[in-house]
Amino acid sequence: MKKTYINGLGCISAQKTFDTVFLEEVEVLENSILLPLKTPVYKDFISPVAIRRMAKGVKNSIVASTLALKEAQLDTIDAIITGTGMGCIEDSEKFLKAILDNNEEFLTPTSFIQSTHNTVGGQIALGLQCKAYNVTFVNGSVSFESALLDAKMKIEEEEATSILIGGVDEISDYTTSLFKLAGYIKQELEGPYPVLNSTTKGVVYGEGATFFVLEDKKREQTYAEVLDVEILNQLDVEEVEDKIIAFLKSNTLQISDIDAVILGYNGDVEFDGFYKNISEKSFVKIPQVYYKHLSGEYNTASAFGLFVGANIIKTQNIPDVIKINAVEKSDYKTILLYNQYRGIDHSFTLISRC
Amino acid sequence: MNKGVAITGMGIISSIGNSVEDNFSSLLNNRVAISTIENISTVHIDIIKVGEIKKTNEQLIEELQLKADNNFSRTAMLGVIAAKQAVDNAGISSINEYKTGLISATSVGGMDMTERHYYDYFDNEELVKFIKCHDGGDVSQKIAEELGLKGMVTTISTACSSAANAIMLGARMIKSGKLDRVIVGGTDALAKFTINGFKTLMILSDGYNSPFDNDRKGLNLGEAAAYLVLESDEVVEKQNKTVLARVSGYGNANDAFHQTASSENGEGALLAMQKAFKVADLKPEQIDYINVHGTATPNNDLSEGRAIVRLFGEDNVPDFSSTKPFTGHTLAAAAAIEAVYSVLAIQNNVVFPNLNFKTPMNEFNLIPQTTLKYKNVQHVLSNSFGFGGNCSTLIFSKSE
Amino acid sequence: MEALKQELKSKIIEVLNLEDINIEDVNDDDPLFGDGLGLDSIDALELIVMLDKDYGIKLVDPKEGKDIFQSIETMGAYITANRTK
Repeated sequence: MKKTYINGLGCISAQKTFDTVFLEEVEVLENSILLPLKTPVYKDFISPVAIRRMAKGVKNSIVASTLALKEAQLDTIDAIITGTGMGCIEDSEKFLKAILDNNEEFLTPTSFIQSTHNTVGGQIALGLQCKAYNVTFVNGSVSFESALLDAKMKIEEEEATSILIGGVDEISDYTTSLFKLAGYIKQELEGPYPVLNSTTKGVVYGEGATFFVLEDKKREQTYAEVLDVEILNQLDVEEVEDKIIAFLKSNTLQISDIDAVILGYNGDVEFDGFYKNISEKSFVKIPQVYYKHLSGEYNTASAFGLFVGANIIKTQNIPDVIKINAVEKSDYKTILLYNQYRGIDHSFTLISRC
Repeated sequence: MNKGVAITGMGIISSIGNSVEDNFSSLLNNRVAISTIENISTVHIDIIKVGEIKKTNEQLIEELQLKADNNFSRTAMLGVIAAKQAVDNAGISSINEYKTGLISATSVGGMDMTERHYYDYFDNEELVKFIKCHDGGDVSQKIAEELGLKGMVTTISTACSSAANAIMLGARMIKSGKLDRVIVGGTDALAKFTINGFKTLMILSDGYNSPFDNDRKGLNLGEAAAYLVLESDEVVEKQNKTVLARVSGYGNANDAFHQTASSENGEGALLAMQKAFKVADLKPEQIDYINVHGTATPNNDLSEGRAIVRLFGEDNVPDFSSTKPFTGHTLAAAAAIEAVYSVLAIQNNVVFPNLNFKTPMNEFNLIPQTTLKYKNVQHVLSNSFGFGGNCSTLIFSKSE
Repeated sequence: MEALKQELKSKIIEVLNLEDINIEDVNDDDPLFGDGLGLDSIDALELIVMLDKDYGIKLVDPKEGKDIFQSIETMGAYITANRTK
């Protein structure tokens, strides 16, 4: 069966994550509950005629996918698979507000078009003139992993040799205010808002666009091999460990084979128990990594997690800023990622050096 | 040909019926359900007609026996109704007995609730629970919860081709052995958001949609949900299940032409159909019926027609019809309800009529089947295309 | 008419987000679509809404826009002849 390799990546996030050494220039912004992304210079990547109607998520995705393709030295690919939890929510808000405020009159199509979830994948295809397989997944925090799973299957089916996948979500004003109201985002009290050992409910919220080129061949620029990915809609805290053991077993691995585990801690005291339970038990002796203090939580933040994992394997180094514990290994060969959001949409992703 | 993946159950709720039987009866008896909108207040009430399910949210809540403090969107409720039917129809009593997944499609998700309460959340604490139901994933999670399903759940949103991609992914997961059983389909409720969105694109008809007619003026929106149960041959054999039909082919391509419009030569559609034939290992002349996308917008029918002509040859196009004059265009659910209709066509050896057709299009000589026609139906091809250039084709075949 | 044409130029630049273009760059006879300003069918839909909102002109068929939106000149002439506000 064909294997799946990460051969290029592009990451637009709240941190400086391109044109830099891996996490060398990061800032930990513990006093903020919102981590907006660092806006790239769009005009370096997109023509002015094309850019004028694009939603924020579309622009960031085009930049991230351009970077990923450049690194993989590819002009075209055999599939484009996108994950987004909320889609281009800014334009959804814009169109909905226009409907409500103008009593359904004088509406224009642009924000409606930009609000459809598949507009990111569609506009990337349009830009690349790529007529290949194109799908968009919109399932909360497994949106990106669904894309990864689909891509891996495509490669195994030998229907594709190179695939662009990505995860993208946006911060928008009104939805942020709704999420604060609902308690999903932390209340603005007096900071700081640490993501580890948090004692308050709600998350530190973010946005980003992270794209990967997957190929069926190992090449010079290869970061890692994607061994497996599994999606489970619902688990209890106590079930996670058993599910991880079963997942590893199906890959003929056990916990002691794991050289680092990347956990999706997001600072929500109500749900971080899912991670804490394995942090403090079965994975105590294994290097543990977190990243949402850098990226913020959003439905496709786990794509940033994979960006971190792929780079750890490539650089064979875990920067201090993302370490949960002091355990170190001389060799980072196999890495497990675990993510969930509010107790649902769990995912396990396994990558390895090749 | 390839054997394809077994379909062992199906469920549907649409404007023309609350069950598979009701939908079939409406298709046989020309019972059209394009009507004036009742459940949404809109300034466009007098100029648009829709395929609306004439049940209020309160009635749906009662039917599903949901708690008073539930936060189900209409999209989720329709989805649960259709998915439960499909699971019952497949004779599944213990949903997690085998490795079972749910791949659902939606384009609006819980927008119907968001648009209703948007400005009221801050003033009414009781509404806050609906903030959670906005996104597409919530719809699928609610369906999974109601089915008691624990396993792989995901959601696809590729505009009007969404459910075709859900069915395609489900079939691939069965073939690869990643799942033993998967519930696939889609759900979309009518919403002010989509009504106005399509209105800005000026592709809504002010009358009744007339696919492939020279004077077609656009589409009628509709709402629906439909799901199929796909099972591996091992499970089918072990449980001695009746196979309704098989998913034998599927293809997905992107038109890469325009953000909303289809290319004039139907390139994306052609590529999707070609891929589906390759997967099914069938030849175009083996298709007995095409359930076309046929939205009745000037652009879609021209593009789709050209693609069909390119693939089949203008003189060799099999019987084809769009069922959207019955149901309206149900967006992310469209490919799922049309999958149910395709299976019904195979089971009952019948081609459903393309209503409202009068005048052939100038651009080519394609005449849809306008009356009910009984004939042996072995293979059905079903097209679904969406904004963003998304083109998908499914082929359904009789199970031997 | 001259004032209307200037008004149209600035409105088109604003409504269609043509950030890099100045009023002086647009000649009255320049084609708006295709080779000229490079507008497309989505822009045409935006302009149809502008006609409705600002000048009280309702188009039912997007194809009608094709002749009207050829240039600033043709737009100005059509609006002058048909405006209701």
